[in-house]
Amino acid sequence: MTSADLPLSAPVAPSSHGHPDRWKWYDYFTFNVDHKVIGIQYLVSAFIFYLVGGFMAVLMRTELATPDSDFINPNLYNAFLTNHGTIMIFLWIIPAAIGGFGNYLIPLMIGARDMAFPKLNALAFWLIPPAGALLVASFFFGGAQAGWTSYPPLSEITANTAQTLWILVILLLGTSSILGSVNFLVTIWKMRVPSLGWGQLPLFCWAMVATAALALFSTPVLAAGMILLLFDINFGTSFYKPEGGGDVVVYQHLFWFYSHPAVYLMILPIFGIMSEIIPVHARKPIFGYKAIAYSSMTICLVGLFVWVHHMFTSGTAPWMRIFFTISTLIVAVPTGIKIFSWVATLWGGKIRFTTAMLFAVGLLSMFVFGGLSGVTLGASAFDMHVHDTYYVVGHFHYVLFGGSVFGVYAAVYHWFPKITGRLLNERLGQVHFVLTFIGTILTFTPMHQLGMQGMPRRVAMYDPQFTGLNQLVTLGAYILAVSVIPFYINIIWSWIKGPVAGPNPWNALTLEWTTASPPIIENWEVLPVVTRPPYDYGQAPAEPAANQESLLSNPH
Amino acid sequence: MQQIPAPLWTLVIGIGVTLISLWLGQNNHWLPEQASEQAPLVDELFNVMVTIGTALFIVVQGAIIYSLIRFRRRQGDHSDGLPIEGNLPLEAFWTAIPAIIVVGLSLYSVVVFQEMGGFSPGGHHHGGTMVAQAPQSSVVDVPTNLLAQANDAQANDIYSQMQVYGFGATPEEEGKAPDLTVNVTGMQYAWIFRYPDTGIVDGELHLPVGRDVQLLIQAQDVIHSFWVPQFRLKQDALPGQPAELRFVASREGTYPVVCAELCGAYHGGMRTQVIVHSQADYETWVNSRLAQAPGEAEGQTLALGHGPKDPLDRIADQIAIAPQQMVRLTNQLKPHADGLPQKG
Amino acid sequence: MQTTLDSHTPSVAHPDGHQDLRVVGLLTFLASEFLMFCGFFAVFLVFRSAVAQWPPEDTEVELLLPAINTVILVASSWVINLGTRAIKKNDLAGLRLWFGVTVAMGAVFLVGQVYEYMNLGYGLTTNLFSNCFYLMTGFHGLHVFIGLLLILGVLWRSRRPNHYSDLTHTGPEMAEVYWHFVDVVWIVLFALVYLLTLI
Repeated sequence: MTSADLPLSAPVAPSSHGHPDRWKWYDYFTFNVDHKVIGIQYLVSAFIFYLVGGFMAVLMRTELATPDSDFINPNLYNAFLTNHGTIMIFLWIIPAAIGGFGNYLIPLMIGARDMAFPKLNALAFWLIPPAGALLVASFFFGGAQAGWTSYPPLSEITANTAQTLWILVILLLGTSSILGSVNFLVTIWKMRVPSLGWGQLPLFCWAMVATAALALFSTPVLAAGMILLLFDINFGTSFYKPEGGGDVVVYQHLFWFYSHPAVYLMILPIFGIMSEIIPVHARKPIFGYKAIAYSSMTICLVGLFVWVHHMFTSGTAPWMRIFFTISTLIVAVPTGIKIFSWVATLWGGKIRFTTAMLFAVGLLSMFVFGGLSGVTLGASAFDMHVHDTYYVVGHFHYVLFGGSVFGVYAAVYHWFPKITGRLLNERLGQVHFVLTFIGTILTFTPMHQLGMQGMPRRVAMYDPQFTGLNQLVTLGAYILAVSVIPFYINIIWSWIKGPVAGPNPWNALTLEWTTASPPIIENWEVLPVVTRPPYDYGQAPAEPAANQESLLSNPH
Repeated sequence: MQQIPAPLWTLVIGIGVTLISLWLGQNNHWLPEQASEQAPLVDELFNVMVTIGTALFIVVQGAIIYSLIRFRRRQGDHSDGLPIEGNLPLEAFWTAIPAIIVVGLSLYSVVVFQEMGGFSPGGHHHGGTMVAQAPQSSVVDVPTNLLAQANDAQANDIYSQMQVYGFGATPEEEGKAPDLTVNVTGMQYAWIFRYPDTGIVDGELHLPVGRDVQLLIQAQDVIHSFWVPQFRLKQDALPGQPAELRFVASREGTYPVVCAELCGAYHGGMRTQVIVHSQADYETWVNSRLAQAPGEAEGQTLALGHGPKDPLDRIADQIAIAPQQMVRLTNQLKPHADGLPQKG
Repeated sequence: MQTTLDSHTPSVAHPDGHQDLRVVGLLTFLASEFLMFCGFFAVFLVFRSAVAQWPPEDTEVELLLPAINTVILVASSWVINLGTRAIKKNDLAGLRLWFGVTVAMGAVFLVGQVYEYMNLGYGLTTNLFSNCFYLMTGFHGLHVFIGLLLILGVLWRSRRPNHYSDLTHTGPEMAEVYWHFVDVVWIVLFALVYLLTLI
């Protein structure tokens, strides 16, 4: 941000009331209660942490380019793998998808002037920077080294100070997540513009209802588990210490009761984003609106009862292995409904290959693979073999990178014009997409093979027989590292100098496109009235926006 | 859905997809060789899932790619697509079919699980090993103050009624005692194998082929996980909680024993090997070990059993445990030649 | 989602101009918070089911004092309700009186809890039961303390003229809701930690 109001200097509507119409750049560094400011704060912080977590991944892949542990100290390696996971989950995907787009879009999509509790909202965001600072500080004490799962007893005997800081980070971020979720739920429930019924609610909002409910249910249980761990490490209790009568498996239940739903926290908002982007760029109504909305709620519900599938090889009774195999595989049904519905939405459309759409379709493609490998992992008899191997690492990166990260990218390309008032460069976007797509396949596909052949996860050293595939993975990781360069250049350049977007560059029908880009401080001069369903494409010939053809055929 | 392909095309594509899926299901060679009687069961399940998965993958990816090409926007076309909002029979179809598939798969998985012995870990059928411990370990009705008079180790057993996790006897072997029991202890960063019948302690696992083997697994410090990829079996070694793996090694050879649960900085180096002998070779090995002096026998391979080409040699001095230290450690482990390790 | 301009909507609305949702928000938050206690309760029950004698010898719980404490805390929930009823009838003095009594009762509860701690003869680290006991009652006590601060905050604000009335009483209402929450958690906790030892 070079000068005062450059980043948001799109055409400004004359002020009709006492407020300033635009925030100044320094407002973005304050305890501002505007949901749009908070959304941008979340997004920018998340994209900074993304680089930090990605940097750790590159270092780890460099270590794994050779079988020996010869690049970084194995303690440091474990600190990287722990914090890579922690950052990517708690400081990248969750803040970007839930905090960022949730805050920015929900009031705009439901015709509200702000969230229900703006101050609480700002508080939820401002818990994140201290949490990030604590995480960085933990590296001065060696960094937490017990994995993002932090299973005791390992987490209780390794780098105690760093582990304590790590627990505080999780507690802070969990609190932030709970406060944010209260806000999302109450806002969508109570603050919709009167003409917007539940049946016309954009699917992103439906997904956020499911996400917020799930976060409210599961996060406090994680907090309970973390508090017990904190006491074990620092105050001499023995909840998880076998020698004192404690039980190491109890921690795993508390942890996964949150952390499996956390997977859905990271993907449900992305499902919502998909359901917004695909109809707009395929120029068709979403196929099966109700099925998609209800399947989000089903995933939320069933997702609460599948956590033991992370513990099939742990201390798990046979009945649990049976029950959780069945419940886990059932999640595939609502997920499948969504995928099939999106494919059916593409069918018969007039598909526009904007970068947003490229990432959305790329996600769809990745998710089919990741979903299928997920089904194999849910079958406990096979999971016995591949649990805690690179097969699992490959699977969850397919759904979290190929899924969630692709979704965040797609959302940025789709809503950047709304957020900044400027268009992103499509050519750079295409380069970004191609690099990301190739990098993803190259990085995460060979991991499945490695795991099946016998390479466990979280190792800094491995058998020489796995060298070839590991070097392929490392190459893919470098491509992914390079792929973010055109993206960040595009974001920074276009934010300053990009062509003006106008209020509705994609000719979309949801409410956020009815106001200026970027929206004025209270979103609308006059609140909009909903007269059509949110994805009512194809009913009337759409009038092309002035720059429509040039936008679609001549990438800037 | 105006562009429904002709029935003939559907048929041809359907046959093609089926053939490719079936072929890949049988010929993927993604899993390592099978060296236990449990392995073919797991692989069969995996191959069925690969077959179904391949078919679904091709159909869905095919539909995506077809749509992207067929329904791309042409230059100058500003119109919208068809206003199709849904199709109830189609939606019911793609809800029902996956539901049937996943329910079928999960039932199949449960059956495989049962055949592998997953329903009977720590069961009471092989009375000799487990129930022998009953006076100390199942104290449900024993007044605690009686136990409190016993020594410290037993006092811990007021936390009793312990469940044993893992894999027990397969349905066919139900009620029979295993041919061989080995006590396995995981510690940072080594596995120790103790043969209660002979008193042998070793850093490598030696087994006879074709015999019903029971591993009683425990952890000394943190959680480890005992995994032999060629056996397709894995069980966490949990501090304070006994676990069992019962299987039949079906093929002679040397296979890696891998720790699969993060256990510290040198987790990746926590490896040894399992050597599956013919019955005769196994007896030779037992006799040769028994002929050695006890201290010598224990010191020999107790440190990590890495071969000379092992990448870990560079750090071996950091992670390996000196022989004399190992003797001390193994002496510390409570004697439990007669069954499952005690909690404590 | 075609939109038209609705001339009836006031063009300038304050962001906080919507209906007051704070009580709804607090209820949502407390539902979530309750699940944290459920996590503790579940852990407690798992540990309890794993051993023959729970609590172990020499770490038995006191019963009389906690029972009295329970009566006080449950009764205080009625008292605080009298306070919010009073303000809904614009009776500021009633609000202050009953909230003041609630504070006193809550303080008595906390003092009683501390007294119990000091006379138990075992500490946080004695054994697994005492770990659970101090952690659960301690966390509940922390919530009681926060509740007291909230009520005191209401009393402090009630000094401002016309701050609370029959029309504006969200603050007292939220304090009441929170206080009921503390009460409900205690009832479950009392049943698990104290009453279950009688069985």
